[in-house]
Amino acid sequence: MGLHIQHLLGLEGVSKEDITLILDTADSFYSVLERDIPVVPTLRGKTIVNLFYENSTRTRISFELAEKRLSASPLNFSASTSSVNKGESLRDTIQNIEAMKIDMVVVRHQSAGVPYFLTNCTDAVIVNAGDGLHEHPTQALLDMMTIRRHFGKLDGLKVAIIGDIFHSRVARSNAWGMTTMGMNVVLCGPPTLLPQHRDSLGVKITDNLNEALDGADVVMLLRIQLERQSSGTFPSIREYRDRYGIDIEKMRRLKPNVLIMHPGPINRGVEVSSDVADSPNSVVLEQVTNGVAVRMASLFLLGGGENV
Amino acid sequence: MDSQTIDLALTRITHQVLEKKRDFSRFGVVGMQTRGVFLARRITNKINELAKTNIQCGTLDVTFYRDDYRISLRQPEVKVTDIPFDVNNMNLLLVDDVFYTGRTTRAALDALMDYGRPKTIQLAVLIDRGNRELPIRADYVGKKITTLANQVVSLNVQEKDNEDSLWLMELEDGE
Repeated sequence: MGLHIQHLLGLEGVSKEDITLILDTADSFYSVLERDIPVVPTLRGKTIVNLFYENSTRTRISFELAEKRLSASPLNFSASTSSVNKGESLRDTIQNIEAMKIDMVVVRHQSAGVPYFLTNCTDAVIVNAGDGLHEHPTQALLDMMTIRRHFGKLDGLKVAIIGDIFHSRVARSNAWGMTTMGMNVVLCGPPTLLPQHRDSLGVKITDNLNEALDGADVVMLLRIQLERQSSGTFPSIREYRDRYGIDIEKMRRLKPNVLIMHPGPINRGVEVSSDVADSPNSVVLEQVTNGVAVRMASLFLLGGGENV
Repeated sequence: MDSQTIDLALTRITHQVLEKKRDFSRFGVVGMQTRGVFLARRITNKINELAKTNIQCGTLDVTFYRDDYRISLRQPEVKVTDIPFDVNNMNLLLVDDVFYTGRTTRAALDALMDYGRPKTIQLAVLIDRGNRELPIRADYVGKKITTLANQVVSLNVQEKDNEDSLWLMELEDGE
């Protein structure tokens, strides 16, 4: 028993057994979180650095809460208030932090591959909290946990992921992980926001919304990154909303028990209308709750035992 | 031990519990994963039958509370914890199969305290194999045996292993 991976860098190449173990363990932590005292002493004495080079509220708070619920000692680092401003390199930063005896590093960075790079600089366990346009594995794990808690299984379900696929590390991690778990993944968005190398992810990619939604058990909407709007990837917000946004009209054509998901933050009235985001089918807030459990499970399974 | 002697031991434990406890209004049984769960259910059924009560039985997994998490090389498998009653102010009977170093019991006590504040906790074990490492004792013991550190005591139960039996095995050096 136990994970076959030493670090959580991404879901590409992670086995079905490992993903299942993380999701099973996360279910146990979910019940811990429901108790009067939602803390376990498991990681007592372990120090975990949250190394965030990119802005994040949800993910950083979720990791920090997971660490505190496990009795670990979290140490928060944000690039804007550190020596990074004085020109310190990533390798020097991590080696200085490691010299203070840390056990694990949770890292978010604007460049893809930084978590992998760190595994060569330090002996600490590395957990990827989002790197560039590459992966965001714990988000995909919490998405799968949420789906599994509703349907009791993952195998055979169809998921439509809609929006800015090109810039989305969430879509990439989900495509890898969900395919491994036997789910049928369709990525959909305007042609300008789809990946250039269409076969590389091994999933169906389309710009036809109806094709993506047909028979879907789960519809996951991605945030339209308004700050990238100036680059001219689609003519206007209104046109995007009309063609790819999910409103109550489009939702009526979906299965009655369809799950509406969103990794947040939501642009209400763009990728999803308010009445859909607040409908009983929406599990957006459950995703946030499950995120803490899934991160506890990942840290617990990766942090156990001594390095062999 | 075979099926019959195991059943006799559990019946004796049940009678000892009944002797001490007259009032079962705030009483619950908690079995420790994995084999203790099945023994706890059997004791619960016996109490309910003999005392005409309707007490409930929960399961407890102590993986998150173990003290060997940091040194054990294999990552543990987490099993289900499901306590169907509020433990606050309850008299609890904790049930395990084999009582050895006392470390699992220590972890279980910590875990139960995080669910609330039970009024009392008593410990029932089927086998006490000695070699305690902590100042913890059992209130009810099915059978006491003397063992060495290189021996493994392992219980099979009908519900999971298709037979009731107790095994004592010698470990080879280095295993």
